[in-house]
Amino acid sequence: MGILDVKGVGKRFGGLQALGDVNLSVAENSVHAIIGPNGAGKSTLLNCLVGKLIPDTGSVMFDGQSVLGRKPYEINQMGISRVFQTPEIFGDLTVMENMLIPCFAKRDGAFTPNAFAAMRKDGEMFDRASHMLEEMNMADKRHMHAASLSRGDKRRLEIGMCLSQEPRLLLLDEPTAGMARADTNNTIDLLKQIKDDRDITIAIIEHDMHVVFSLAERITVLAQGTPLVEDTPDKIKGHPKVREAYLGESQDAA
Amino acid sequence: MFGLEAKDFRLLLLVTLLTMAAPFILNPFPVDSGMAQFNAGYPDLMQRFVIFGIFAIGFNILFGLTGYLSFGHAAFLGVGSYAAMWMMKLLTMNVIPGIVVSVIVAGIFSLAVGWISLRRSGIYFSILTLAFAQMSYSLAYSVLTPITGGETGLQPKVTDPRILDAALTGNAPKANLFGLEMGSSTELAMGGWVFTFNVGYYVAAVVMIFAFYMSIRIFRSPFGMMLRAVKSNQQRLNYTGLNAKPYTLAAFVISGMYAGLAGGLMVAMDTQVGAERMFWTASGEVVLMSILGGVGTLIGPVLGAGAIKYMENILSKINKDILYEWFAFMPDGLQDFVITLVYPFIGKGWHLTLGLIFMAVVIFLPGGLVEGGQRVAALFKRKKPSDNTPDGKTTPAE
Repeated sequence: MGILDVKGVGKRFGGLQALGDVNLSVAENSVHAIIGPNGAGKSTLLNCLVGKLIPDTGSVMFDGQSVLGRKPYEINQMGISRVFQTPEIFGDLTVMENMLIPCFAKRDGAFTPNAFAAMRKDGEMFDRASHMLEEMNMADKRHMHAASLSRGDKRRLEIGMCLSQEPRLLLLDEPTAGMARADTNNTIDLLKQIKDDRDITIAIIEHDMHVVFSLAERITVLAQGTPLVEDTPDKIKGHPKVREAYLGESQDAA
Repeated sequence: MFGLEAKDFRLLLLVTLLTMAAPFILNPFPVDSGMAQFNAGYPDLMQRFVIFGIFAIGFNILFGLTGYLSFGHAAFLGVGSYAAMWMMKLLTMNVIPGIVVSVIVAGIFSLAVGWISLRRSGIYFSILTLAFAQMSYSLAYSVLTPITGGETGLQPKVTDPRILDAALTGNAPKANLFGLEMGSSTELAMGGWVFTFNVGYYVAAVVMIFAFYMSIRIFRSPFGMMLRAVKSNQQRLNYTGLNAKPYTLAAFVISGMYAGLAGGLMVAMDTQVGAERMFWTASGEVVLMSILGGVGTLIGPVLGAGAIKYMENILSKINKDILYEWFAFMPDGLQDFVITLVYPFIGKGWHLTLGLIFMAVVIFLPGGLVEGGQRVAALFKRKKPSDNTPDGKTTPAE
């Protein structure tokens, strides 16, 4: 039993069987990567985990509780935070406000009618948000509008926002997609740092083999909506079925 | 002070001073001068300034913060008006119960409308609110005639029950605040100037200052920050463990209550109400006010309301004779030509002027009059305009 247990999940869009019969178990405090060629159903699977999609069959259990039928904000409150492929942040707000919002969400829940509370007096929240900005090396950018940050900084901010909620499971959807090599390496270092500093489970969907093999402790290979193999990175590298289905003829991807 | 930061407190103080001194500020020209027609310091118009100011402040809490554009806020204004009127008919000509009940009734009504309309966002939300407002208008105009007075509207009558003070109000029931009549004014003549101090205006002004204070508190609270987050990225909000629906609904109800308050005050001032108050053009007007003044800014909607009401009442009074007086110095042919050019923009054509100004603001000053003010201020400070305020919105200190 892992922290996240996916059993027999299937999802069909019209005539397309996006997910067949997915069984997956993510062990607590591990880094688990899900890889697979385009159209393998990685994103569909992720959307089933966070409440954006409801699978047709199967069950998804997080820490012994089913997440199916719950709204995204409820699933987040259970302890699952999601990082998007393109950074989803509050562009019109300042970096500090971006960080404050998840802090309030963590403390006050999904809704609190604090319409007349003076925010500046809430030192606890400001401390927590400042602390997280420092950890992300963004303290000097706190007054900037989040939309004007560089792509790499937006990614850092988004990850920081997720971490400030102290999630038990962090889901990352191709966190380095479209990034330059230097930014990619920074993100890898950041994620390693996060893993070393706290008790957190990370599930990562990734295209970039460099990222996958630098981070993952376990890898599930998805092809045509079903898991092909699940193993350690070393075994996956040499697995004939994986080579056939995913790495193809060329080996430069690794 | 009052839980505000120094910058916001200064703004509140400034607004307070300006509204209190409005009878002076709005009457800059002596009575018999040719410019006297530009004086806006008469009670009727000053009341409208602050009442529509309240309406726009409330609307801005919804539209400015969450980005949800309602085209039906006149319905809440109208419902508030009817509620206040019935308090005057049934209970007392004192304005307090009417104003309180107008806020409560508009709040309940907006809860129902918001509950349904907020199932959709964007243009569909706007259309839903518009539909609700037009339904309310039609109901008030026809089916609900026993409650709303239909075409003729409602006015306090001598025969009304008025449980608390029927005996006191006598033959001509007048709206009052513990005996102080809303319509009564004191005039102060100084040299060629005459300043009018009207009870109704000051009652409405005090309410507006309070409404403005509440809006600052909302803007600067975590709640206000969440509302701006709704506008900025609802997806991220959902995946940050926050439920957007109650936030937007709360904003909708608060702005509906502001509209109801404005409606109640209108009745307190002129003791009459008709269904046309709920017509969709009235909803559109408050949208114009917010955009003209500066959406999402604290003071913008008040400025926008003032600008539009000023044009509606002052510009529309200018007629052809006045134009002939102005351009009397020109040779005849030229005079006629200039007047032909100017005439469509004044009098009944004031909407044309408003439209042109509105277009100019939207194109050149997307942040509204507030952005204009910021640019002018930046010029004086010899800084590059809008250097640190990229979108012209007031951003809180943190």
